Amino acid sequence: MASLDRVKVLVLGDSGVGKSSLVHLLCQNQVLGNPSWTVGCSVDVRVHDYKEGTPEEKTYYIELWDVGGSVGSASSVKSTRAVFYNSINGIILVHDLTNKKSSQNLYRWSLEALNRDLVPTGVLVTNGDYDQEQFADNQIPLLVIGTKLDQIHETKRHEVLTRTAFLAEDFNAEEINLVIEKRYFSRDSNQIPGFPDRKRFGGGTLKSFHYD
Amino acid sequence: MSFLIDSSIMITSQILFFGFGWLFFMRQLFKDYEVRQYVVQVIFSVTFAFSCTMFELIIFEILGVLNSSSRYFHWKMNLCVILLILVFMVPFYIGYFIVSNIRLLHKQRLLFSCLLWLTFMYFFWKLGDPFPILSPKHGILSIEQLISRVGVIGVTLMALLSGFGAVNCPYTYMSYFLRNVTDTDILALERRLLQTMDMIISKKKRMAMTRRTMFQKGEVHNKPSGFWGMIKSVTTSAPGSENLTLIQQEVDALEELSRQLFLETADLYATKERIEYSKTFKGKYFNFLGYFFSIYCVWKIFMATINIVFDRVGKTDPVTRGIEITVNYLGIQFDVKFWSQHISFILVGIIIVTSIRGLLITLTKFFYAISSSKSSNVIVLLLAQIMGMYFVSSVLLIRMSMPLEYRTIITQVLGELQFSFYHRWFDVIFLENKMEVRSADEGRCPRGEDFSLLDKLPAGQTLVFPTSISETKPPVPSLLEGQEQMTIEGLGVEGEGETKCSRLPGGHTMVIPDSHL
Repeated sequence: MASLDRVKVLVLGDSGVGKSSLVHLLCQNQVLGNPSWTVGCSVDVRVHDYKEGTPEEKTYYIELWDVGGSVGSASSVKSTRAVFYNSINGIILVHDLTNKKSSQNLYRWSLEALNRDLVPTGVLVTNGDYDQEQFADNQIPLLVIGTKLDQIHETKRHEVLTRTAFLAEDFNAEEINLVIEKRYFSRDSNQIPGFPDRKRFGGGTLKSFHYD
Repeated sequence: MSFLIDSSIMITSQILFFGFGWLFFMRQLFKDYEVRQYVVQVIFSVTFAFSCTMFELIIFEILGVLNSSSRYFHWKMNLCVILLILVFMVPFYIGYFIVSNIRLLHKQRLLFSCLLWLTFMYFFWKLGDPFPILSPKHGILSIEQLISRVGVIGVTLMALLSGFGAVNCPYTYMSYFLRNVTDTDILALERRLLQTMDMIISKKKRMAMTRRTMFQKGEVHNKPSGFWGMIKSVTTSAPGSENLTLIQQEVDALEELSRQLFLETADLYATKERIEYSKTFKGKYFNFLGYFFSIYCVWKIFMATINIVFDRVGKTDPVTRGIEITVNYLGIQFDVKFWSQHISFILVGIIIVTSIRGLLITLTKFFYAISSSKSSNVIVLLLAQIMGMYFVSSVLLIRMSMPLEYRTIITQVLGELQFSFYHRWFDVIFLENKMEVRSADEGRCPRGEDFSLLDKLPAGQTLVFPTSISETKPPVPSLLEGQEQMTIEGLGVEGEGETKCSRLPGGHTMVIPDSHL
C-alpha cells in the first residue's frame, strides 16, 4: 500500500477562493458542507490510476497540499509556509472568478512557491507586474482553476472567460516542459459528480504530471 | 462675502479629506479584495472627511483663521452631518450588509435591516440612562442627546485603545521581553511539523485505499444521514467503516496538532525577526523609547494615586500651566498671549495627527486580522463607525488641552455637556483596562504604535481608582438624587466647592466637584 509512488501537488490561492472545497471534492467525492478557514496546511490523498486501461497502468497516491493564508501575509508566516514547498511535483493555482484580485495574486503565489531558493522576504513583486523569465526554466507543471462560475451572471461570463484565457497564457513559457491546462469548475452545492465523471476529470488533469 | 470665501475654503478641504480617505481605503484596507459595493467606500470616505474637518475647525479656531460666525456655522453643520451619519446611516448599512450575507433572509433584506437598525437605536438610547450626562430640559432629538451618547461610546473606545497601547507599547519595543530564539529551535519545530504531516498523509492513504477496496467490492459506504441513519449505524456497521471512523478520529487529532505546530513556528519566525530588528539602529531607538514610555506609564499611575490620595483637581490646561510655571518660577518674561496661541496650536496639532495616524494603523491591522471576503463590507463599516465615534469624542476631550479662550466654540456648539464627566469616565476605563492588561500580559502582541493622544494629557485631573466591589445598594438612584447641576466651565467662573462622593455601578468611587455659577 505505502509502496505506491507518491505525487505531491500544491494547491495555492487566496483566502476564500475554494481550495479546501476543491480538494475535498477531488478526494472524498463529496461537497464540503461547512468550509472554514485553513490554518497552516491541510493534506488530502487521492488514489489515482494513471493511464488506466492501458498496459502501462500505474496507481499513484496524489497528495494535495492545501496551503492556507494570503499572499500579503507577514514574512514570518511566509517563511513558515515555505517549509511545505519542498520537492513538489505540480502546482494547482486556484482563483475566484468573481474576484479579480485573486487572479492577479496568482502571479505572486506562483513566485512564492517556485522561488524556493530565494530568501522569502527578498521576493518583492508588485501587483500585476511580473517577469515571464521567472517561469522560463520552470519544470513544474501548473494548472489554473477558476471557481464559482455559477455565481457569475450569464451576460458577464464571456468577458470573464476571456480574461482568464489571457491569465493562463501568461504562465505559458516557450519551452515544452511547461504545460498549462484550464478547467472551469462549477461549484454546485447539490450535485455530486458521479464516479465516471470524476475519473474523466481526474485523468485529464493528471496527464500533465507525468514525469520520468 | 467673506462667508462665501470661508465656505469655499471649507468645502475644498473637505474634498481633499474625502480623496485621502478614498485612497486610504483602496490602497491599504482593500488591498486584497475587490470593491463591489461602492457605497461602502463612499461612506467610509465621507465619515473620514467630516471627522477631519472637525479637527481642522479646531485648528482654525486656535489660529483665528476665517470669520468667527462662519466657523460657528460650519461647526454646527459639520456636527449635524456627522451625527446623522454615525447614528442613522452607518448602522443601517451595517444591518443591511449583515442581512445580505444570510441567505435565508435575502428576500426581505430591507425589512430586516430596518428591524436591526431599530434595535440598535433602542440600545443606543438606553445607553444614556445610567450616566449623569444630561439635564432634563433638552428635547428628545437634540444634538446634545445624541452627542452625549456618542461621546460615551467613543470615550470608552479611546480609553480602551490608549490603555492597551500604553501597556503594549513598552512590551513591543523593548527587547528585554524577547526570548532567545535560535535557528535550531526553528528547524526542530519544522521537522516536527513535517513529521506530523507525514503521519496524516499515511493515515489518509490507508483510508483512501480502504475506501477504494470497499468500493471495488461493491460495498458503498454512506455516511449516516438523518436521525434513523445514525441509529442504524450504531447497531449495524461494516467492519471497514468502523476502521475508517477510528482512523478519521486519529487524523482529526493529528490535524489539530499540525495547526498548533504551524502557529508556533510562525511565532518563532516572528520573534526571530524582532530580534534581528532590535539590533538595527531603528530597533535600538524604539527600544529606548520603550523604556521611556514604560517609565512614563508608571509615573502616570503614580500621579493618579497621588491625586486620589491628596484629592487634587486639575482645571487648567497644560499650555497655560506650563507658561505660568515658566513665568512665575523661572522668571522668564515673554508675551503670554502670543506664545500660548502658538504652543497650543502645535500641541493640539501633534495630538490630532498622532491620534489619526495611530487610529488608522490600528484599524488596518484589525481589518487584516479578522476580515474575510464575505464580511469585509461589514467590517469596514464597523471601522468607519468606530472611527467617527473616536474622532467625535476626541474633540470632546481635546477641549481640556486648550486654553480657555479657544474652548468657547466647542462649548457653544456642543451645549451644556458635562465635559468633566467624560474625562473621569475616560480615566476609569483607562485605569481599569491597564490593570487587566498588566495582569494578562504574556502573549502575542501586535507590532506598532498604538499610543493614543490622551496619554499626553496632564495627569493633574482627578482620577478614579477602582475599588473592590462593595455591597451597597444600587448606585444609580443615589447618583441622580444627590447631585447638583454642573455648569459650563468655559464661562470662566469656577469655584472649588466641596466634593461629593457617589457610587457608580461596579463599585467605583467617583468624585464630582460642585461648581457654583
